[in-house]
Amino acid sequence: MQRGTTTVRDNEIRGETCSSSWAKYFQVFWTFARNSLIRDMTFRVDFIIQLISSTSFVIMNLGFYLLIYQYTNSIAGWSKFEFFVFIATTMLVNSIVQAFFMPNVQEFSELIRTGGLDFALLKPIDTQFLISLQKVSWPSLGNFGVALILLFYSLGHLSAGAPSWIGLLLYPVYVFTGAIILYSVMIALAATSIWLGRNQSLYDFWFYITNFSRYPMGIYDGQWGTPLRQVFTFAIPILIVINVPAGLLAKPFDPDYWYLALFAVVATAVSFWASRRVFQRALKSYRSASS
Amino acid sequence: MTAQILTWWTILRICIEERIVYRGDFALGTLMRFLPIVTQIFLWTAIFAAAGTGSIKGYTRNEMVAYYLLVMLARAFSSMPGLASGVTLQIRNGEIKKFLIQPIDLITFLLLGRVAHKMVYYLVAAAPFALVFFFCRNYFSGWPEPGVIAAFVISLVLGFLLGFFLEATIGMIGFWSLEVSSLLFIYMLFNFFFSGHMFPLDILPEPWFTLVDYLPLKYLAYFPAAIFLGKVSGPELVWGLLVEAAWVMLFIISSRFAMRNGFNRYSGYGG
Repeated sequence: MQRGTTTVRDNEIRGETCSSSWAKYFQVFWTFARNSLIRDMTFRVDFIIQLISSTSFVIMNLGFYLLIYQYTNSIAGWSKFEFFVFIATTMLVNSIVQAFFMPNVQEFSELIRTGGLDFALLKPIDTQFLISLQKVSWPSLGNFGVALILLFYSLGHLSAGAPSWIGLLLYPVYVFTGAIILYSVMIALAATSIWLGRNQSLYDFWFYITNFSRYPMGIYDGQWGTPLRQVFTFAIPILIVINVPAGLLAKPFDPDYWYLALFAVVATAVSFWASRRVFQRALKSYRSASS
Repeated sequence: MTAQILTWWTILRICIEERIVYRGDFALGTLMRFLPIVTQIFLWTAIFAAAGTGSIKGYTRNEMVAYYLLVMLARAFSSMPGLASGVTLQIRNGEIKKFLIQPIDLITFLLLGRVAHKMVYYLVAAAPFALVFFFCRNYFSGWPEPGVIAAFVISLVLGFLLGFFLEATIGMIGFWSLEVSSLLFIYMLFNFFFSGHMFPLDILPEPWFTLVDYLPLKYLAYFPAAIFLGKVSGPELVWGLLVEAAWVMLFIISSRFAMRNGFNRYSGYGG
């Protein structure tokens, strides 16, 4: 059992019945989401511009792969529309991470530097929950819509025919677990800024590491590729973030993705647990910056 | 004249010292910037393996990887992180006022600051760059001729100037519109795709290539790499460098013009 401030608050919450505390947390989250939407709607033009600019990035990126498929029929065994399912999955997971976690975690290192974390610690709520979810960036969800259109369009053009029902059912689950894995890496990295003081390269680091997850894992092959693939599958499980949901939908007859899907459940639980441990350990070393 | 040079030297020295404070963060950031190259190597290896042909639009796999490495080098010269947004921020929060009352020219000050920034960057980044290029030497088919190397170096220096004056001009738009972050995002987007950062521009089908070929953005990444790989040579190369120099002149003039008009428009409130 952890000692320290977080445990006290955890116990307060655990004192109540489990279901009511879940309901309470959901209610708090709902308020966060609503407030963020109100704020976003106050600056409506800005909201629309943000929507357009993030969507145009995605479309240009898609253009790049359209260009590549002019010169080849497949990338590591992914045909054009299979790969577009893969890209749509990347967009879905990323828009979830960008909408719910990224604006908050980016602010976390600033909270540490300025001492603003004091206020978060004082609130009668789980600190990790509070600092991870207090803002929702609604414009980032614009890509979610674009991704869904791309996904359904590509699914209709798969040469293997329509995906299985079980694949369609599991897909949202694995998109969600994928987002959780990326969040875990992010929050663990952010927590290290408690030890390191300011860590400006933090976000860059997260971006460059998760950059590996944006491609089919089959491309990491050969003398250097295979160990790289194993490290990013089993040690830091970022390769399964996109590959598992996309594989289940686009390549339903490849048994590899079903084994990986089983592994993904374990990997998500372990990464979330481990990142929470890192976060709580780091909180214990927090010494307020101000006053 | 001597006083002028002394001022410049002082500005340069201050900016260098400012940069060195954050050297740890700097070195780490430089190394990490090579990580995307790793995925690019794997991606293109997979593409070439599936395509079955030895070359795509005249690029072999090795040339493709070499292209991405050279683009990293070109961007080390031409990319200006935070320049335009820094200018607009100074306009918005009123810091720009100091250039109105002090006998220092804003653009010269920014240019010297950028030169200092880049010098420190090369000092810190030289080792990681050399290391990566050494490991990847097999992707290159030997050194090009001295003339090509000279043209390559000229294109890098011109790329630096073009990147600087282009972004300085965009930053000056802050005098007319206080919120330019979305405009900067669009510029960044175009820069990313049409400078050749994402892929060699000449694999684009027509009419796209001709269109992009007319934009100044290609000099920020594609052009130097294309020179090194021998994709442009002879009169085409000389003509390219001349056009690039013309673009630099154009943006020097436009940034000056925008600054002068901006200063006339500017009104500062509060203390």
